[in-house]
Formats: sequence, structure tokens, C-alpha cells
Amino acid sequence: MSQNTVEAPLGVTAERMVVTGQHGSAPDPKWVIVTRGIKREYDMGGEIVRALRGVDVAIGRNEYVAIMGPSGSGKSTLMNIIGCLDTPNAGEYWLNGQLVSKMSDDALARVRNKEIGFVFQTFNLLPRATALHNVELPLVYAGISSDERKRRAREALEKVQLADRMDHRPNELSGGQRQRVAIARALVNNPSILLADEPTGNLDSQTSEEIMRVFESLASTGQTVVMVTHEPDIAAHARRVVVLRDGLISTDERRDAFTSRLGL
Amino acid sequence: MLFLQAVRIAWETIRVQKLKSFFTVIGVTIGVTFLIAVVSIVSGMGRYMKDDLIGKLIAVNSFNLRKQPDIQMGDVTEAERRDWRRRPRIQDTDVPAVAAGLPKDVLWATESSDNLNIESQYGSPRRIQSITVSESWFDIKKWGVSKGRLIAPQEYQFGAPVVVIGQDVADHFFPNLDPVGRQVRIQSIPYTVVGVVEKQGSAFGISLDKFLVAPEKSPLNRWVNPHGVIDQMVIQSTDDVGMKEAMEATRAVMRGRHHLHPSQRDDFTLETADSALEFWNKMQSYLVIAGIALPTVGLVVGAIVIMNIMLVAVSERTREIGIRKSLGARRRDILNQFLVESATLATMGAMLGVALGIGFAKLISAVSPLPAAVELWSVIVGVAVGAGVGLIAGVYPASRAALLDPIAAMRQET
Repeated sequence: MSQNTVEAPLGVTAERMVVTGQHGSAPDPKWVIVTRGIKREYDMGGEIVRALRGVDVAIGRNEYVAIMGPSGSGKSTLMNIIGCLDTPNAGEYWLNGQLVSKMSDDALARVRNKEIGFVFQTFNLLPRATALHNVELPLVYAGISSDERKRRAREALEKVQLADRMDHRPNELSGGQRQRVAIARALVNNPSILLADEPTGNLDSQTSEEIMRVFESLASTGQTVVMVTHEPDIAAHARRVVVLRDGLISTDERRDAFTSRLGL
Repeated sequence: MLFLQAVRIAWETIRVQKLKSFFTVIGVTIGVTFLIAVVSIVSGMGRYMKDDLIGKLIAVNSFNLRKQPDIQMGDVTEAERRDWRRRPRIQDTDVPAVAAGLPKDVLWATESSDNLNIESQYGSPRRIQSITVSESWFDIKKWGVSKGRLIAPQEYQFGAPVVVIGQDVADHFFPNLDPVGRQVRIQSIPYTVVGVVEKQGSAFGISLDKFLVAPEKSPLNRWVNPHGVIDQMVIQSTDDVGMKEAMEATRAVMRGRHHLHPSQRDDFTLETADSALEFWNKMQSYLVIAGIALPTVGLVVGAIVIMNIMLVAVSERTREIGIRKSLGARRRDILNQFLVESATLATMGAMLGVALGIGFAKLISAVSPLPAAVELWSVIVGVAVGAGVGLIAGVYPASRAALLDPIAAMRQET
């Protein structure tokens, strides 16, 4: 196993620390995501829950990574931190060359707007807005003019084959269509990473496959995709699988290793 | 750009929930309605007092030299009344002296009046305000005739028994007849009607056309005043400055004639439209304050209601806020969104209030003699106050929304 290439997941903490680099120094530009010793604790009514206990991970450009783990393993917490919705108590998080772990709320909002496209399990579309307007939203907060927004939102919807559903509200769309609207919204700002949290959790298996094909085609065109899931057969679509257990990375391996180990 | 976007979001939200939005802003609407209605009625009354009532009683740029004020409004103490009663009357002999002291281009006339019983062969006897005047009186009043002519200079000079009558008097005593050339009898002396004055209309429902005018030297004079005494001298200048000068000249002459020390106050009255309006102006300012204070109660209640509804809106839309934040909305974007929504809501309520207030004022002026004049400033103040109330009421809910944690917000069930 070569240690320095993007396609070489690292199974051992010590090796990963070598790859992620020194604390305080900007990581190698080939990594779009680098976390160094990330810890996150919650105070749940006096009881301290240690959701992440020191996660080191480096994800390169154009990678398609699945983060797996049983519930309570910390995968949602890691997802929130990677998505700049939350900040770690300790450790560093570098996104696209910026140290985001110490940023203010408003600066994080800016990063979410520019660098990250979210796809959620529950779609999280605005129910009263049309598909087009939902896709426009990130551009609104980017301060793009109305005409430009409409044009780009239309393009994004065309890419997910929903050009004919632009003026429909979410409740007039099927689950798969809603998730494709969400994907269009996630991509409309050309983010550095597409971050999907259980993207198929609310979909039947056939629609799940359809969404996975969309992800696959995005990954093949060079989009960095990070997907959190607890379903091994969904994770098997990714080219690299990181498994969390009790707030630490337990395995980090390529798809073939993962699928053969699970017998998929 | 973001502001317009926020207005659009607000508009969409309000459009979807019309009834709820209406109930939300009803306090503001009622407050603004009252503000507009009260200010309109008060200023309408003010305009009416100035232009119609006082304006018709006291001609423009003119003043009346009188023993005591004619138009009394508001509180006059008993001591003042006693003082007025003790004053000397205005004498015939004062007139040439005052007239001699007046600047050039100033018109003056004497005027005395009383209600006298008038008879004619065509109508039942009736008490009518009978006025005896000197020349120039009609010039000062700027009254013309609708029929016949005014009193001629010779008739003034010789005290001819002729009268010019008001429209109501003509209608009463000469129904369907031409009054010109016909006679009325006052205290059994016949007077020939030479003209009918143009219709003057009414003030506060009181007709201004019930009068009869005769020359000062006519026999009528002895029935309206004791010998040698007049009610007032009417003096008119061409402009405001000239009027002030004429007033000072008149005051100096009268003080001299009454032998007043510098320390003594005037024992006569120089009544202008302004002095007659003094009390009204004072009352108007109280009414305006009341007109602003009462709606304030409505606006405070309105603000509390809006704040409550906005808090509900924030908790109803927690998930939406979370989604917006996840897509890059900053705190101030969310803050603006809810502030603008609250302000837009309240502004629309205020605009509705303006419309209702104008309608209310029009209704009152239609069904009662009270006139109403909608003041532009009250409309602007009404809308601005509405927007301000919305903004203030929105601060707390909007800041709650802005500080929501996006993760927790998105997790909320809808």
C-alpha cells in the first residue's frame, strides 16, 4: 500500500497522521478535507458524551468516500463538522486550504455557501417554494443577481433531468425527484465537496439505485463526494469506505477491500 | 439585493397566510385608522373654523374694534366678564377720530346689529338679524348681490329706508317672488328691498343667509342701538402688515380717547380672525395630542401581538431557518428576513389603517356637519409608525431566529 496517493486509504492512525501533516500547518493542496485529531464532546444534561475522540482523515479531490458506522459511532457529528455546521472542541479541520475549525458563525455560513453542497436524508426542501426557487436559495445567499440565479438553477435542474418539474412544489414531486432537486441545489454553487447524509434513507431500493447512479456520474466527472450511510450496499458504491466506531476511525479502505471483506 | 429578496420572502409568507396576517396586524390597523381619522377630523374642523366660520364672520386682513370680544370660545372667567361689562361702549364720536388715525388704503365701516321682528305681507313675521352699516361695509365683506343692487352712496348719506337682504330672508318673506322693489316692515316702518346678497351657505349647520342690512343713518339704527353708540368698527387693510399697523394706530387713538395710563390695559377689543381662533388653536393642539396618544395604545397592543405571532412564526419555521443556514444564510440574513417580514406585515396593516381611517373620516363628514380633511403628514406618520412598530416588534423574534443552531433547527419535526 502506498501511503501518499489519494487512492491509498490508511488503516492505521499513525500512518494517517503522517498523511494529514503537522498541526498548525496548511496541508498538501491535493487534500480537500483534512482533519487532525478532531474531538467533539456534548454536554447532555451533565453527562459528557464524547462523540469524536480524535479523528484524523484526509480526503483528496475527486474522491468518492462513504463514512459508515453504527448509530452512536460519531458519523453524524463528523458529518456536521465536515459540513461546517458544527465546530470541534479540539483539533483542526482544513477545508480546501482554509482552517475552518476556528471560524466564526458568519464565516462558517460563507464556507457552507461556497464550498459545500448538502444532500439530506429528509431532502430539506422548503415546502412552499418551487423546485426552481429551492435550487436558487444558495445563490441568493451568495448575492447573485436574480437573472443569473434563475439561469444557473435551471441548468442545475436540467443536469438532474428535472427541467420539466421546475415549477412544482416539493409535495408535487416523488421522493426520488425531491432528492434530485436537493442534489441540484447542492451543486448549483459549484461546491468543493458534495456532502450527503443518508441520501437514500427515505427512498425505496429502486429509487436509491437511481440516486446512486446520479452520485456515480457526478463522481466520474470529478466531483468530490462524501456520503454518510449505515447501509453497506449503499456504501459499496463509493470508492473508499471509512468506518467509525466509538468516535474513532476503525477502518479506512478501498471499495474492493471493503466489498470483499463483507462479501458483497 | 438581499433586502429586496427579504421583502419578497415576507410578501410570499403573508400572501400564503392572509387571514392570519390580517389578525396579526389588526392592532396596528386600528391604531393607524384612529390616527388618520382623528387628525383628519380635527384638521378638517380647524380648516372649517378658519375658512368658513371665522372667515365669514371676520373678513380677511381685517379686525373689529369692539367693546368686548364677539366670538367667545373656551373659558372666560367671571372676572373677565365683569371687566367687559364695565367697559365704555364704542361711540359714534370715536369713529372719525379712529378713521383719521388710520393709514392710507385702509377701508373701514361701522356696524351695529340686533335681532328684530320683521314683517311682510307674503310671510309670517320672524326675528332676523338686522344690521346697520356705513359705506364700504359690503366692500370689506366682498359681498355681491344675486338680485338687485347694493345700497347706493346717496342712500347711506341720507339714511334712506332701504335694505339688502340675505337669501334665506328673501325666500321666507318673498316666496316665489322677486323681492327687489317690495317692502318689509320693521317696527311698522316700511323699508324697500333693493337687493339680495349672494348665498353664503352655512357654518356648523347654522345658515349665514339670515340677515338684513340697512344704512347706518336709516330709521332702523335706533332699534339696533342706543343713540350715539355702535357695536363695532370694521377695519380692513390690504395685507397682514398693513393690518398690524392699522391695529396699532387704532389702539393708540382709542387709548388716548379713553385716557388710559400706560400701565392700564386696553378697555376695548381689537378682534381679528386669529384672536377669535386662539381658543380653537389651543383646543386643536389638545385634540391632535389625544389623536396621537389614543392610537398609541392600539399600536402598543399591535406591537405585542406582532411580536407574539412572529415568535410563533419563528418556531413554526425553525426547520426552514435551519435549511437556510445550512445553505449559507448568515445570522444577519435570517435577522433581516424576519425583521423585514415583521415590518412588511405591520406596514401593510398600517396602509390598511390609512385606507380605513380616510374612509372613516369621509363617512363622518358625510353623515355629520363635521368636515374632514385628510392630512398628508398624518398618512406618512401613520405608515412610518406602522413600519417602525413592526420593526421593533420583530427585533426579539428575529434575533431568536438568527441565533438558532442549524443542526438542532433542521432536526426539528415539522
